[in-house]
Parts: sequence; C-alpha cells; structure tokens
Amino acid sequence: MRVLVTGASGLLGRTTARALAARGDEVTTLQRRPSGAPGREVLGDVADPEAVARAVAGQDAVLHLAAKVDVVGPEADYVRANVEGTRVVVEACRRAGAPRLVQVSSPSVAHAGHSLVGVPAAPADPATARGHYARTKAASELLALAADSPELAVLAVRPHLVWGPGDTQLVARLVTRARAGRLPVLGTGAALIDTTYVDDAATALVAAVDACGPRAHGTALVVSGGEPRPVADVFARLCRAAGAPQPRLRLPVAAGRVAGAACDGWWSLTGRTDTPPLTRFLVEQLTTAHWFDQRRTREVLDWRPSVGLDAGFEALARWYTAGEPPV
Amino acid sequence: MSTAVQPEPTVPTDLPGLDLAWSRVVTAADSEGVERTWHLLDNGAEPVHGTVLCVHGNPTWSYLWRHVLAHAPDGWRVVAPDQLGMGYSERLRDDEPARTVAQRVADLGALTDALGIDGPVVTVGHDWGGMISLGWALEHQDQLRAVVVGNTAVAQPQGDFGPPLIRLAHLPGVRPLGCELTPIFVRATTALSRPALPREVRDAFAAPYADRRRRRSVGDFVADIPFSPGHPSHDVVYSYAERLQQLEVPALLLWGPRDPVFGEVYLRDLQERLPQAQVHRFEGASHLVTEDAPESAEAVAAWLRDLDTPGAEPPTRSSTRGPKHRATEHAVDPGAWTPWAELEARADDPSPVLTVAGHDSVSWGALARRVAELAAGFAAAGVRRGDRVGLLVEPSSDLVSVVYALWRAGAVVVVVDKGLGLAGMRRALRGSRLQHVVAGGPGLAAARAMGLPGTLVSVRPVSPLTRRALRVAHDLDGLAALGRRSPAPAAPGPEDDCAVLFTSGATGPAKGVVYRHRHFAAQVALVRRTYDLGPDDRFVAAFAPFALLGPALGLASAVPDVDVTAPDRLTAPLLADAVASVDARVVFASPAALRRVVATRDELTDAQRASLGSVRLLMSAGAPVPVALLRALRDVLPAASLHTPYGMTEALPVTDVSLEQIEAAGEGDGVCVGRPVDGVEVALAPLDGSGEPATGPGTTGEILVRGDHVRDRYDARWLTQRAASRPEGWHRTGDVGHLDDAGRLWVEGRRGHVVTTADGVVTPVGVEQRVESLDEVGSAAAVGVGPAGTQVLAVVVVLAGATATKPSPRGPLGLRVAGPDLTSAVRRVAGASVAAVLTADRLPLDVRHASKVDRTEVARQASALLDGR
Repeated sequence: MRVLVTGASGLLGRTTARALAARGDEVTTLQRRPSGAPGREVLGDVADPEAVARAVAGQDAVLHLAAKVDVVGPEADYVRANVEGTRVVVEACRRAGAPRLVQVSSPSVAHAGHSLVGVPAAPADPATARGHYARTKAASELLALAADSPELAVLAVRPHLVWGPGDTQLVARLVTRARAGRLPVLGTGAALIDTTYVDDAATALVAAVDACGPRAHGTALVVSGGEPRPVADVFARLCRAAGAPQPRLRLPVAAGRVAGAACDGWWSLTGRTDTPPLTRFLVEQLTTAHWFDQRRTREVLDWRPSVGLDAGFEALARWYTAGEPPV
Repeated sequence: MSTAVQPEPTVPTDLPGLDLAWSRVVTAADSEGVERTWHLLDNGAEPVHGTVLCVHGNPTWSYLWRHVLAHAPDGWRVVAPDQLGMGYSERLRDDEPARTVAQRVADLGALTDALGIDGPVVTVGHDWGGMISLGWALEHQDQLRAVVVGNTAVAQPQGDFGPPLIRLAHLPGVRPLGCELTPIFVRATTALSRPALPREVRDAFAAPYADRRRRRSVGDFVADIPFSPGHPSHDVVYSYAERLQQLEVPALLLWGPRDPVFGEVYLRDLQERLPQAQVHRFEGASHLVTEDAPESAEAVAAWLRDLDTPGAEPPTRSSTRGPKHRATEHAVDPGAWTPWAELEARADDPSPVLTVAGHDSVSWGALARRVAELAAGFAAAGVRRGDRVGLLVEPSSDLVSVVYALWRAGAVVVVVDKGLGLAGMRRALRGSRLQHVVAGGPGLAAARAMGLPGTLVSVRPVSPLTRRALRVAHDLDGLAALGRRSPAPAAPGPEDDCAVLFTSGATGPAKGVVYRHRHFAAQVALVRRTYDLGPDDRFVAAFAPFALLGPALGLASAVPDVDVTAPDRLTAPLLADAVASVDARVVFASPAALRRVVATRDELTDAQRASLGSVRLLMSAGAPVPVALLRALRDVLPAASLHTPYGMTEALPVTDVSLEQIEAAGEGDGVCVGRPVDGVEVALAPLDGSGEPATGPGTTGEILVRGDHVRDRYDARWLTQRAASRPEGWHRTGDVGHLDDAGRLWVEGRRGHVVTTADGVVTPVGVEQRVESLDEVGSAAAVGVGPAGTQVLAVVVVLAGATATKPSPRGPLGLRVAGPDLTSAVRRVAGASVAAVLTADRLPLDVRHASKVDRTEVARQASALLDGR
C-alpha cells in the first residue's frame, strides 16, 4: 500500500512511518524540514496546497499527523497549521482520489475540563475544548469527518498522551523540570491518567490505516494504553527512568490554579513564546482523571498495545542510560 | 368588558423523561354525556396481552406514569389519562360543581369506552387515583386482569382519623388557601422526597397548576375525601372498600414506607382487603413512590410479564386461600418437624435443658410446662395462628420459652438484630405488620419509642405505673396463669410461617427473611447431620441464636455468664466455666467472641483447661473466620475439631469446612469454605447472565443454593424475592465464587463488588488475600473504579501496625496515593492489573461482625479521589 504520512518529523509520525515501511508499505512523508523518516520525503508546509497535492498524488491512504502542538503562541498560528492544514489535506485527497484519510486528532477535542472516567470518544466540540491547540484540533477533526463519503473514507484517531524515548514534548519537559527540582505534584496526585507508549500508538495508527473504510469511517476513536495510573505514580516512574530525583514539591490545587492563571496572563501579555512553568490547562490536566473506554477502539482496529507501561518505562530508562541518543 | 377566552396550555416540550409522542388529546363524553377534552399519555402499542390503565391522584398528573410507559413490556398498551380538571385535561367551568368520586369512576369508564379499551385491563393507581382505579376495576370485573396500587387508602382503618396532613388541608379555611389560592399543596407533594427530587421534575409536576383557576380541582379533590359519615361521597367510598373482597385477580402493592400521608396502617388495610396481593416496600421511598423508587416501574413491567408466564403467575384470591401445602421433592417427615416434640416427650424429665453458667438452670419438664402454659395463655390473650409477634427480648431462658410457646400457638416470631441500630430496628419492625410485641427490660420502652403497633407483653411483671405509661397488656407470669385455665391452642402445620428474621444489614439493607416451620425443621436436621450430634453432645451457645436450637435438637445447652449479644465480652475462663456447667462436648461461637477467648487464654486455670480439653467440636458462625484465629484456637481447644460453616440468614449452613480441610486446600482464588453439606446443592450462575448454572468446576459465578432449609421468601419485598429466586427453586446468595476439582466451594466476594474490566471480571477476595500476604500490609480491599465493563482495579491497604480504630461503616477513610515501593510490591503480588494503590487509615467494617468490609463505600471514596474531584 502507498501511504503518505504528514508530520513525520515528530516522534509519533516518525515511528509510524517506520512501522509502515517495516511491514512493506511504500511510504511518503511530508514535513517542513528533513526528518530522517524512511521513504520518499516531500518537503513543504501542510497548509501549502501545491506541496500537499504533490505528496498526496497516487497514495492509497493518507495519515495526517502534521499539527502545531503547544500551549503558547497566537491563535492564528494554530488555525493555519491545524485547521487550514487539514482543509488542504482533505481537498488534496478529494482531487487526487485518495480513498482513505486517517485524521490524527486528540482526546482534548472533547474535553471541557471535567474528569473523563472510562468514557468512550465523545464528539469533538470547538466551543468547549480548552486552549488554542484543542480548539483548532476539534475544528479540524469535524472538518475531516465531514468529508467522509463513499469516495473518501475518513477515520479520526485520537492518541492520548503519547510518550517514549526521544519525546521532546511531554517527557523531556517533565524531566527537565524534575532535574531542576521544579516538578510539582498538584494536590493529591491521585487523578488517574492513561497514556500511550509511542510504539503502541504507532501500531494503532497502522491498524487505523487498514481499518479505515472497510471497518470504520466517519467516526472518532480514542487510542490509549488502557493502563490508567495516578499522576503521582506516572511522575515517579518517569523520574526513576530518567534518573531524575523524585518530585518533592507539593502544590495545593488552588495555588496551582492561581499560578497557572498568572502564567497564562503574563505570557499572553508579553507575547513570550517559550513554555511557561504552569498553565491553567496543565493544572486541569494534572488534577482531573482522564482515561477512556478502549473496548470499541480495540474491536474496530483489531489492535491491542503490545509494549505497555512497564516495558515502555524500561525502554525509556535504557535510552536515558545510553545518554539520550537520537531516535 | 369583554372576556377573552384564554387558550388552554399544552404539555411543555421539555419535561424530563416525558416522550411527547405519548401525549394525546381526545374528546369523549363524561358520565353525564357532556363532551370533555381529555389529555392522556398513550404508548399506542398493540394490546396483545392487554391494556395498563394508570390513574394518578391529587395533585399530580399523568407525568407520574412516564417510567411505566418507558418500561412497558411488549404487547401491553399503557394509557394514563389526566383526570378532568387536572393535568392538561379540560378545566371545569366556574359554575360547575366539583366532581365526586362516583362521577370520576364513571368518567373514567366513559373514557375507556371512547378509547375502545375492551380487552384485558390491569389498573394502576396512586393516591386518590388508587381509589378511582379500583372503582373502575370493580365496575369492569369482566375485563379486569389484575390491579396495581401505590401509596393510597381505600378506607380509614378503625380508630384512625385519616392522614393528619390531608385533614389539615381539608379544613374549610385551609383548603382554598393551601390548594387553590397558592400552590402550597401542589408544591408540598413533590417536596416530601429525601433525597429531594430534581428541580426540573418538581417543576414538571407543578406545570399544569400555574394559576388559581387551573388549581381548582386540586381543592375539589381534597374536599371530596369523606372524613365523616354525612359526607356525600362517604357511602360510595365505603362500598368500594367493602367490595374489594370481590376482586379475585392478582394484586401488586408498591409502597413508599416514608409516606407521611399514607402510613403503615393503610398498607395493612389494603393487605387485609386484598390478601392475594404481592407487596414490595421500597425502603426510603416516600409518598411519590414512582419518583423515589423509579425501579417500581421495572417492578410493574416484571409483574406484567409474570402474568402471562406459565408457572410464574402471581397468586389470585382463591389460590391464596387454598391449601398452603406445596408439594416438594423432599417432603418433611410429618412426625419430625415440630420443634416442641422433644419438649413434650420429656415433660417429666428433671434434667437441665438450659443452663446459665454460674446461675440457675431450667429442666426439660419445667420448660415443657412453661411452654404449654404460655402457648395457651398467648392464645387466650388473642394471639392467633399466623399473627406476627415482634421480639425485643435478650437471649435468656425466657426467650427460649416465649419462642417455643409462640410457635406452639401458631404465631410467627419477628426477630431483628441489634446491630441494625434503633432506627434500623424501627424500620424493620414497623414494616413487619406486627400484631403483638413481647419485650423485656429496655425493650419495653424501646417498643413504645419505636411506635410499634399491637399489644405489648412484658417478660417480667411491671409496676402499675409502668403498665399504664407503656400500655403493657400482659406479662409472662400472668399469661402462664391464664394459660393454666385455658385450652391448648390448635397446633400449626409445617407450611405455616414460623419466623421473620432480619438480616444483619452487613451486606445490604436489612430484609425480613420468612421461614416456614418446615424450613426450621430442615435446618435443625441439617445441623444435627452435619456435625453428627448425638444425645451426649451437650453444647455451649456462645453465639446467641444457637441457644434456641437446644430444645429442638433434644440437647442440653449452656450459655456463658455474659451478655451474649456483646460477644467480645466472652473470655476463655467464662467459656471454660460454661463448658464445665453442662459437661459440654460442643461449642457454638462467633468469631468476635473467639478473638477475645484467644486473647484471654493465659487467664485459664488448670481445671478450666481440662474442661476445654473435653470439647470435641467447635463451630464458629456469623461471619468469615480467619484461618489464623482457628489456628490460635488449637491451643485453647486442643481436642476439638474446628469447623466453620458458610451460609447466610436465608440458608444456613450451605457448606462446612474444618481447619484441616482449609489447610489441605491451600492457596486459591478466594476463601475455601468447603463442600456443600449433605442435602444442600450449590450451583454457579455465570456473571454475564449467559448459560445455565454450573454445578462443576470451571465457572466463576454467583453462588446459588437449593435445599429444604432455604428461606421461603423475603417479607414485603416482592421484587427482591423475584430477583433472588432465579432460576426457580434456587436462592441467589449475592456471593461470587467457584467450585474446584475436589468439589470445594471458594467464595471470591460479593456480586456487587466484582470488578468488571475490559478484559473480564476480577473478584476481590483473591487479590486481597495475596496483597495481605505482604508483611507491610495489615488489611486490603480491592475495588473497581470507573464504568462497569471498563473498570480498573484499585487496591486500598491499611498498613500493618496501623492503630486500630473502632469499626464504623461510615466516615472518611483517609485515602492517599501509596508510595512507589509499596505500589510496586502490591502490583507484584496482586495477580491482576492494578491501576492504583492507595493507603487508608482504616477500612469501613460492619458494626455487627467487624469483619465484613463495605467495598462499595471503599469504591466510592477511592473513585472520588482517583477521579480528581
């Protein structure tokens, strides 16, 4: 099968492209800068119709991961990368007659800030999603699913909190802070949070490419490891794997909210683009449960995580012990 | 001045639970031929089986029946009209007189004619809709299939002045003010529920009664209640009440016991008028039973299905009156079922039957005489066959003689566990239709404090002052004297009820378990056979209920010189003295008592040790017994075989196991409780409801029990009874377990405590046992968090050496996320995927046995923490 992966410079995109290539698929990738991903590489912006059309031409399936993932920066940047980018990809699929589009989304598109306890994937809602990233991802998922038709099967997949060796987002930031002794445990640290080890997320996306169309389309599935753990437990194991000191800082939730709000205000006021130590969104994420009912996902994708938490943390520990080599 | 005709409002579109597709408006002539516009809910189903006609009361409307419509079984049309002047039906003209009960019954008949309802009908009524629906039933007996009634009254029981709240609303000055000028009455009706009904639901009930004109019939209804014989509706209402005895059809009574308007007396009145009625009391529900207990609609649906299910049909009046005997495979030997047979046979035996160690003893002959005199005395004082008698008597020889005398007189003893607390005992006893109460000491005042009905009998003579103050009718000595002058009463038969035993409530709300005489006889025979009790097996009853078994078993017994209801006061020396007092060979005790016996074993003298050395059998019952406790008892009772049966109030014993057998079984998933005792069958119903119950190894499921001693039924809990008796003939225990290759039963936890993960079920007990094997863990509870079917497992541990706190089922447990080391240790041994390990200061234990962990409460608190709320 010929498969285009957009956004293969990120950890998940790269891992997925390798998994597709490893099983014999003919892989094309699209990103702004050379990524070292396997197969043919098309360099370009996902919001550039010409570059995207070049990449989509002749593909049997498109796996659309490219997105702006962050907590700071002006909304317009998110709209361009996430909403416009998806619009361009959908349009290119239509014109080129590509039959399958797997839209990689995020559980945050349906998260209004409350606890999510063993729930299935709810409809994306840009009105209630929190922050620029989640709002624009919600809009782009709706846009992609609206294009689902007999000619173009669209399946939205929402991997939850992907992590693994080489992750510059979640893991690296937490570890940096832990090493500086600035990783706080908010409140009780008890909220159950499910995560997805990167190799498991990648096999789920490969499975989604196969399932898209014949088994499922026009719908969204949350993908996660199915092993929810208390936040404090996850932090402790992460620090242990990274050789960082255990988090000692305890911050009451109310103090966290105030600090998060203060950071939000300051960063927005000053236009800073580095990552603030705390945001309201992050406080919410770390103090409310979010884990999901995986039964439908596993049935539809005919997939189960094969690595899981324990082996994942071991792999992470090996990677840190080896001095964080490029992955 | 022109008067614009205001359009009548229509049903709002956004009432919770109401499907507007059910809402219809029809025009039909009323009983006087005047065209009326009726609003009704109608599910429009083809009435293959029949039509359910639901009639609301005052001041509600058909909205009351939305759950019944939503749960209607296939083949049943459900029609729920708003009465004229009520809900969204036509209002009466200002110059029209109020409609009377007789008119309303006739109006309803005119409406059902207009709707073409000519097939079988089940009427359902609530409040004054109960009266009207029964009126319709009496006028349409040719098509009447069955009747269902919620909290209502058809007559004022003798000596009752009517519901006080309604009487207040009935007063001439109050009625227009409370019912019409203001929406007080409309609002008050939906404000009785605890916890409160959702605001949207309360608003929905009030929606049709927005202004005075629309509330007019609310006041009319109250005015039409005939509190005095001169009232225009008095004769009609009383003739309906009298004519209820014509109703042959099945009846179902759904009752909210917390109703301040229609209390217990009205339920009892209905039960007497409709003796065939099956009753379900929804504990905690108030007047609006359909709102407080939405499961009542499921009860109606289940009952409707039973009506047309061969073998499951509810009883009719004649089937209830007919011979009670039910043919059973294991017929009771007619000579062996009478618990007093041994007493009568030994009426001249001067040897002791019952001894209180260190005090007096009663001989067989004396007890036989006392029982005979009291039986005759009770009968002469008005205790009739089938009467219910509440017992508030401390365990004593008086209790034994009262119970046997009441049985001999054909009465049914109602026994509650003190562990329920005063409020729980009150709820249980007041809901048991008592005709009499026998009480001793503090029980006398408690009986009055609880407001128990019926005549009160004191165990001991009381002063004239107390007699008057507490309205004590008799004392036992007086009854015995009366009995000496009176004939012996007719004896009951094996099919007569003998006891209502209230479960301890340790594993759920207390329910009354009804035994017939043949069940008690079967239980006595099982105990005798299981423990091979011979004529020399005199025993010590350190667990109160067993003191009652002696006379029926034909064995002498002793009770230790302590309050046996406070088992933790028993010490090793007191047990030894009790053993010595009758030269006992057998000891029955509870785990709580035995813990203290082990703790005080060093206080034993050599002579006391020697006495205990002659005990051949110890049986510990009432709660699970830890193996460590049984091992420690080897030292105290060196010659005794240490046994613990598995069973429950509904069926005891089910299995039995000795310490040696437990040790031979080794480790496994759950607690090994041994093989079913001879004459008892055990099966396992798969937890997903699929397939037949298994009687061999390989299935983990709900434990089912069948045997001659298994309870007859639950009292006034028709829905519970139905759910606990599937398949027919079995008792569902609510416990989950499996059978092993050697035929041993392993109990893995309560059905409600099973964790259902996406990968299958996890039962708690095995996980807990493995976690408790860790040195640093004192006790553990394994619970599920999240929605059923995709739950994850949380293990809550109390660290070893944690300061013991008083057992309490309530209050915060002090849950925290465990540290990384404990977490990994627990995960390593748990044998199942553990999402979270939490530590607690304590686990919630039942007060009665201090051994049953309320995992539901643990799960609730763990979920709150792990959800991040």
